Amino acid sequence: MDCINPIEAQSVAYRYEEDAPLAVDHVTLSIARGAFVSVLGHNGSGKSTLAKLMNALYLPSEGCVLVCGLDTAKEEHLWDVRRHAGMVFQNPDNQIVATVVREDVAFGLENLGVPQPEMVPRIDEALEAVKMTEYAAAAPHMLSGGQKQRVAVAGVLAMRPDVMILDEATAMLDPSGREEVFSTVRKLNREKGITVVWITHFMEEAALSDRVVVLHHGAIAMDGAPREVFSHVAELKTLGLDVPPMAELAGMLREDGLALPAGILTVDDMTKELKACLSRLNT
Amino acid sequence: MLKDITLGQYLPGNTVVHRLDPRTKILLTTAYIVLIFLVTSPLWYVVPALYVALAARLAGLSFGQMLKSVKPLRLLLILTFVLNLFFSGGTTVWVRWGIVNITREGVMLAIHFSMRLIFLVVGTSILTLTTSPVALSDGIEILLKPLKVFHFPAHELAMMMTIALRFIPTLIEETDKIMKAQQARGADFESGNLIARAKAMVPLLVPLFVSAFRRAGELAMAMEARCYHGGEGRTRLRVLRFTADDAKAILVTVAALALVVAGQKLL
Repeated sequence: MDCINPIEAQSVAYRYEEDAPLAVDHVTLSIARGAFVSVLGHNGSGKSTLAKLMNALYLPSEGCVLVCGLDTAKEEHLWDVRRHAGMVFQNPDNQIVATVVREDVAFGLENLGVPQPEMVPRIDEALEAVKMTEYAAAAPHMLSGGQKQRVAVAGVLAMRPDVMILDEATAMLDPSGREEVFSTVRKLNREKGITVVWITHFMEEAALSDRVVVLHHGAIAMDGAPREVFSHVAELKTLGLDVPPMAELAGMLREDGLALPAGILTVDDMTKELKACLSRLNT
Repeated sequence: MLKDITLGQYLPGNTVVHRLDPRTKILLTTAYIVLIFLVTSPLWYVVPALYVALAARLAGLSFGQMLKSVKPLRLLLILTFVLNLFFSGGTTVWVRWGIVNITREGVMLAIHFSMRLIFLVVGTSILTLTTSPVALSDGIEILLKPLKVFHFPAHELAMMMTIALRFIPTLIEETDKIMKAQQARGADFESGNLIARAKAMVPLLVPLFVSAFRRAGELAMAMEARCYHGGEGRTRLRVLRFTADDAKAILVTVAALALVVAGQKLL
């Protein structure tokens, strides 16, 4: 389905129980096709709730969410919404259904009623895209955390979604597994044009996305390109978030009077700017 | 270690018997059970014996592997044999010892029932030894599908079996982890009598149950997110196909059944 913004949230509010405080507080957010958007926030900031509102696992208490133009609150759209917006969860063990990798990738296709001859190439393609082809016949419990999450990504990918929502998909992984999953999804975003909503609390990952949305108490506190968002070091700290180490270092150096430009995120950025500074001092 | 456990008693292989359609194997096993019950005199056990021997040979199973399945039943076997031996009455007394009589009929009956039990277990074990649990649940789902008219949840049953199989290793691993965590804090699972050891298991079961329920909740959500909505309109990746081998297997079984029925009537 063609639409400019595959995810469009219009003043969405959600509360878990009748008198509970709002978990998501009137968020208006549109996510552009092909974007890689990170959603940041400390525990309880409502980022997971927002993710579950995006594929009709939760329905808004107020406002509405449109996935590829379909209102998630309408019952007749339920399965279309979930097909367009695939979701990967945090715990790799609790989202794999089948006892064999390729059968798990098939699970979503079986649910959609895809004919068997068409399933096979779609599964192979999805496994190839996440580089898990050689494990097609393996048992999921023998895989590493990163491999399990890549299987989960393949399971969603086989359904050919427009948007992939990853709800802290790397939170339970070791650093190498985290990198494995992040770069796989980043590549899918670049090469297949799949829109990605990446929910995380790792700043390094957010720094590598196209856009960062920071949630605080269920509302959007900051929204912009990573370079812009991460230049507000003090503000991020009051929201209970870390800042990528290089951004923090740049902030400290600036306070000490070094004329560094905004938007330093990586070690490479830092070396480049420091070299520039040095050559200015020498001349 | 704990991670590498094999489920059930399935022995992977690629023999004719392994390759048979699981539906055929389930149906043939049912037919075999009927066959056993049709045998009325010990002599005719030669037919199921030949049948099992043929199946085992084709499946590449050794005599030892087959006999293993009887082992857990040895107590029941002895009980069956002894009870029938002493308490079946009859007129031709062979041994009289106090109030205990051993009659010809008693001996025959004891042999008969023990044979029946042994053949039942050995024969049905061929099914579980040569069919993977996944294939079994597939076969059961399709065979039970017609019962849907009576609202029998065939698909749900098969899905439950699959999920149970998927989570057994995960939960075993988790048990191991909880046990180690509690042992590190001084829990003792190994000493004491049976009751003390059973009591020591309680603090293990509570966190295990809590975690199993949490997992179930998360899995349900993940399944819904992938458009799971029951068996309605679902297609399947694994397609089962009857082959010529299935036809041959059915033919042999029908022949064995006919032989027993006709043979016992005529001779």
